[in-house]
Amino acid sequence: MTNPVFERIQQDISENPVVLYMKGTPMFPQCGFSAAVVQVLSDLGVKFKGIDVLVDPSLRDGVKQFTNWPTIPQLYVKGEFVGGCDIVREMAANGELQALLKDKGVA
Amino acid sequence: MKVRSAIERKLAEGLNPIRLAVVDDSHRHAGHAGANPEGESHFTIEIVSEAFAGKSRVERHRMVNALLAEELAGRVHAMALRTLAPGE
Repeated sequence: MTNPVFERIQQDISENPVVLYMKGTPMFPQCGFSAAVVQVLSDLGVKFKGIDVLVDPSLRDGVKQFTNWPTIPQLYVKGEFVGGCDIVREMAANGELQALLKDKGVA
Repeated sequence: MKVRSAIERKLAEGLNPIRLAVVDDSHRHAGHAGANPEGESHFTIEIVSEAFAGKSRVERHRMVNALLAEELAGRVHAMALRTLAPGE
């Protein structure tokens, strides 16, 4: 369990209120699922830190293990894993995501 | 069909679903990174199961991911999941 990448992830998600592990960057997403989550967050006017896992294979694998989640994107709010693309979209559609962000003092 | 039927079988056994739909939409992703030239790389799955009652979305997806760990580690690049308990 002593994966050095875990420390980095822990630091990212504690220092930034909203973190999206994604493929590509918020400006240039490299995957439709990552792009969809960027779109949801942008529509809600949420500031977030996008972290491109494609630039670092150890991060790409590490974040999957860290979260125990097999796919990218992964959204974290205040250090807590919220979900991947389907979950984020569902939550945005029924207002749960907005409520969560408000609850956490983000939006 | 091989991957799809494996997914259907594992989900049916693991979750005893009331409704299960596994759609192979690999053709919509053909040519992009992660798409397997032989297909069966992208699936949309909808499951209604009593097993999801009282569980969060993340917990539900983790249950599905655990059942399909082998497929996710191999051929399957992406799954769109809709996980519902009866009445939702």
